[in-house]
Amino acid sequence: MQQAISSPLPVTGSPGRRSGGALADRVFESLCRGAGLFVLLLLGAIIVTLFVGGLPAFREFGAGFLWSTAWNPVEGREDYGALVPVLGTVVSSVLAILFAVPVAFGIAFFLTELAPEWLRQPIATAIELLAAIPSIIYGMWGLFVLVPFVQQYIQLTIGDALGAIPLVGFLFESRSFAGTSLFTAGLVLAIMILPFIAATMRDVFMQVPPVYKESAYALGATRWEVVRGVVIPYTRISVVGGVMLGLGRALGETMAVTFVIGNANRLPQSLFDPSTTIASIVAMEFPESLMGSLKQSSLLALGFLLFVISFIVLAASRYLLRPRLKT
Amino acid sequence: MQRRAFLLAATAATAGPLLASRTASAQAAQITGAGATFPRPVYERWGQAAREPLGIQLNYQSIGSGGGINQITNRTVDFGASDAPLSTDQLRQANLLQFPTVMGSVVPIVNLPGVQDNQLRLTPEVLVDLYLGRITRWNDPKLAELNRDVRLPNLPVAPVYRADASGTTFVFTTYLSRVSDAWKSGPGAATSVQWPSGQGARGNEGVSNTVRNTPGTIGYTENAYATVNRLVTTQLRNKSGNFIKPEMPAFLAAANTADWNTPNFAADLVDLNGADVWPIVSPTFILLPTNPAADKVDASRNTMRFFDWAFKNGDDAARRLEYIPLPDQVADAVRTTWRDVKAPGGQQIWSA
Repeated sequence: MQQAISSPLPVTGSPGRRSGGALADRVFESLCRGAGLFVLLLLGAIIVTLFVGGLPAFREFGAGFLWSTAWNPVEGREDYGALVPVLGTVVSSVLAILFAVPVAFGIAFFLTELAPEWLRQPIATAIELLAAIPSIIYGMWGLFVLVPFVQQYIQLTIGDALGAIPLVGFLFESRSFAGTSLFTAGLVLAIMILPFIAATMRDVFMQVPPVYKESAYALGATRWEVVRGVVIPYTRISVVGGVMLGLGRALGETMAVTFVIGNANRLPQSLFDPSTTIASIVAMEFPESLMGSLKQSSLLALGFLLFVISFIVLAASRYLLRPRLKT
Repeated sequence: MQRRAFLLAATAATAGPLLASRTASAQAAQITGAGATFPRPVYERWGQAAREPLGIQLNYQSIGSGGGINQITNRTVDFGASDAPLSTDQLRQANLLQFPTVMGSVVPIVNLPGVQDNQLRLTPEVLVDLYLGRITRWNDPKLAELNRDVRLPNLPVAPVYRADASGTTFVFTTYLSRVSDAWKSGPGAATSVQWPSGQGARGNEGVSNTVRNTPGTIGYTENAYATVNRLVTTQLRNKSGNFIKPEMPAFLAAANTADWNTPNFAADLVDLNGADVWPIVSPTFILLPTNPAADKVDASRNTMRFFDWAFKNGDDAARRLEYIPLPDQVADAVRTTWRDVKAPGGQQIWSA
């Protein structure tokens, strides 16, 4: 490419300009390459730092670190395990997906099929604005508005209605009445990831070639039949990719979750029990951890685990989103 | 040419004030400290008040005791601050000197409809049982027996604790382990522990908000927070068997009862014997390098000058912020230990 551009230059430009231009080209090229490699290097350095920092914890507790529920920072009997934060992270994120995906689908369906033309842009903008709200705002709003609401209206109602179901009823029992729980965290996370999932869904729904939809309409299909029979099958993989993108964001969310999850290092037995997440426990405990201590090492090991989980989720979403977005 | 002259003039005009302000700020020597969040308000107040008379500008970063210890060990700051005292070994290893500045107290707060401030009476045993999850209802016979004149609601007990690792938690759990073997062998005492029940909230403000919003909760905060936010505190029975209200005279009684002749001033003010003593009081500490590097000698001297000034003139400011000032004889003893701080040449930095 470069040769092709610089070779005509000797004929037209002055010699001084040409040599300067070639040098500048080379400098620019190496700068760009450096910038590209820098990202890779940075990512690698972060993984290595987290792993090396967490190594003492992995060595001390072995694989048991992954399924131990202990979190005991008391001097002399320190014992750390990752199960509670890992479980809290995964459960709150999955809850968020369960809450957010139906609503996001509704938004995308409305915006692409039902809404009158003049309404589409305002709603799309409003959704994007939701994504711009800082997470600390969601946290405060969650603590002052959502937590009392869940405590007074949702927790007891659901507990009474579903607590009696055999086998899974215990999931809805409430033993903690403060309103901060896995459920509330899932709710706040759902609102936070809603714009990402809704925007992705809307974009991929709009990519469906009109000729497919018009053919279906021509055959007498209703709007719902068109979406179910044409739009969803056509965009299925991209939709899953968008959901994974939302999941990746939910996994790493720190501030908003910390406010509403109750921060308890105990294994939750119900959705309305307080719990904790990896990001939240690291944020809470890191400032008081001494350098080189087992506690700090365990926190770094947790960070490494979160990195691995997020990496898997995001890599999966990239993989699923790629084929559709390329065309 | 004209343009160049203009540029020169412009540069001089902008650089002039800059240089002037540089010299002005150079006169106010800066000292940098990092650590405990608990004494931040009083250090900041002292910092503002000391800037004029001393010409010392204090830059205090309340990043947590653990962070403060890390930073002073690496010598990235001029002094560290910690709520929990360091052991003699730890101090020797890092070449640090430790001294107390102020004391603070931790108080239980509750949200029970119909219960007034300082009305509820708690014993250490009941407090432990509430936090262990053994007492699950507020109308439990154990509580009712202590509070015959109070109508206790039939509400579930919801303990609230600090979710972030903190000196407040260290003091509170130290007290609980002191009064209960079950707590000592169970959750234990540390800046964060594995709480057997209840839920965590972030910071003093998080705990006070959760308690204020949720009927049936019990929490613990520094007294300053309880006073400023008008939270409902409780009486607590002390070691001598008297029910004490969390008020300044009771805190001062604890400060005066304490034995300060412990190594490194690691005085223990938790659960002291004494008729009027509030049982949960604790000092907060400053960590100062005993071997400052040559370029840090001035900062080290200024740090000592700053705290010398604070011991002399800062008591009122501390009391207004609900902290307990250090007794005068303790401050004198602290000044004596400052003689151990030596410059690289071996000469004392603090001469007074």
